[in-house]
Amino acid sequence: MSKNLELLTAPLRKANPVTVLILGICSALAVTAKLKPALVMALSVTVVIALSNLVISLLRKGIPSKIRIIVQLIVIATLVILVDQFLKAFVYDVSKQLSVFVGLIITNCIVMGRLEAFAMANGPWESLLDGIGNGLGYGIILVIVAFFRELFGSGTLLGFQIIPEGLYNFGYMNNGLMILPPMALIIVGVIMWLQKPEEDKK
Amino acid sequence: MGLRKFIDKIKPNFEEGGKLYCFHSFFDAMETFFYVPNKVTINGAHVRDAVDMKRNMIYVLIALIPCFLFGTWNIGYQHFLSHGEAATLMQNFGYGLMKILPLYIVSYVVGLGIEIIFAQVRKEEVNEGFFVTGFLIPLIMPADVPLWMLAIAVAFAVIIGKEVFGGSGMNVVNPALLARAFMFFSYPSQMSGDSIWIAEKADAYSGATPLGTLLNGGGVEQLPSMMEMFIGTIPGSVGETSKIAILLGALFLIVTGVASLRVILSTFVGAAALGLLFTAIGVSDVPFYYHYLMGGFMFGAIFMATDPVTAAQTNCGKIIYGFLIGAMAVLIRVANPGYPEGMMLAILLLNVFAPLIDYCVVAMNISKRKKRWAQAERSAK
Repeated sequence: MSKNLELLTAPLRKANPVTVLILGICSALAVTAKLKPALVMALSVTVVIALSNLVISLLRKGIPSKIRIIVQLIVIATLVILVDQFLKAFVYDVSKQLSVFVGLIITNCIVMGRLEAFAMANGPWESLLDGIGNGLGYGIILVIVAFFRELFGSGTLLGFQIIPEGLYNFGYMNNGLMILPPMALIIVGVIMWLQKPEEDKK
Repeated sequence: MGLRKFIDKIKPNFEEGGKLYCFHSFFDAMETFFYVPNKVTINGAHVRDAVDMKRNMIYVLIALIPCFLFGTWNIGYQHFLSHGEAATLMQNFGYGLMKILPLYIVSYVVGLGIEIIFAQVRKEEVNEGFFVTGFLIPLIMPADVPLWMLAIAVAFAVIIGKEVFGGSGMNVVNPALLARAFMFFSYPSQMSGDSIWIAEKADAYSGATPLGTLLNGGGVEQLPSMMEMFIGTIPGSVGETSKIAILLGALFLIVTGVASLRVILSTFVGAAALGLLFTAIGVSDVPFYYHYLMGGFMFGAIFMATDPVTAAQTNCGKIIYGFLIGAMAVLIRVANPGYPEGMMLAILLLNVFAPLIDYCVVAMNISKRKKRWAQAERSAK
């Protein structure tokens, strides 16, 4: 059981898809200006990775190796369209904010990477856990980045005002750079910077 | 030498096991700031120059003094001018000093504080790189910039611009300019527009800089006279207005060999080339020499572009690097409607490309020599 637990927890830190494997950076920059879209995005990616990992793992013995990428893409695309329709139906405003980036989960390297590296060679249960773990690993970085960007860029969290009005009267201002995508890259970089020496020690 | 004796007397406290060991980085920084260190290398042969890095930095500080003095006076002059009050030289200077000293205190306390913490954690000596950066930062800000914003910008520049790459000498972009770029993108209302360039400006008075005037569709005839822009009695960042003061500093830097004449000249040539091109094809009616006099062009070309760490290292590379800085600065000024000042962005951009330029120059040289060598070998056969 501890090996299965490892599948879930390793991607959160030492095998994190964003900060260690440097995958999925593009969407991490695009959707993290506010916390809410980042949470929804993290959840969507987790669902897509977990289910596509499960499906491909079940099919893995029947997929001819020559066309495996196409098969994987079809599975991912189907799931992404389902997620997209679901978001449009139930959380329309967030779906609008995320715009093309939900569709672009299809091209998210983490999903493809896990299918190729893990689901093609492991059983369905392990693959499902690995998918959930990697989705959460991606999500945790998204949430950390979005937390700082929304707090300092807009003074809010999930839309609620956090920085008190009084501070603005003293001349405090929201940081415009936090809203711009480069700042997401810098925050991801800082997370890597803090994480790296700790991993080296182990 | 009372100071030397004093330093020697308190020194044991800061050595390993001493009471104040936790401050040893700070002590070491101050000791080598006042005196040339007497440390010797233990093994191997080393080529040594009498001028070490700290002395080199001090030359830059000396070169900045005219800009500092004039800039301080100009803060007061612009302030009293906007209020329509007459003021003496000392009043102007005193008002300016009152505005600029807090900026210096914040810049040095925050910057050196971070440097010392990093040096201590990494068990290295404190690097002297921040002396110049800290002196430059207030000179490229408007005098009225809120102190807490300045503190954040300095912290960002030192940590993200320098320490993550390994400290002084390892930075990719100029930290002082990075602080300004951070301010510019984070708090645009404090770093652009017409109302912020004069300290506590009277509301009715127009405080537009020459570049601001052009951005808002004003023609060349609405700019201050060339003489005014050359002497520097115009609104703007503290250190950038007076071209006379900048040229005095430039002279000193070139004579002492600290700044590269190649970079400076090619920057001017680059700006002239693109400026002439734009006037020739009718995109802009600003004569190219106006670009030298407006905004931070000269200050950037002389004190920022020549930063030995972030500039290109090869001789040929320096020329390409400088030329592109000048050309980019004019291109951004003329073609971009959003940012009136292109010099900051041009230098930062070329800082990033400097290693690539060097790489290409070196690779070209290698292939040239290979060909020559192959030819010599063929003819020898």
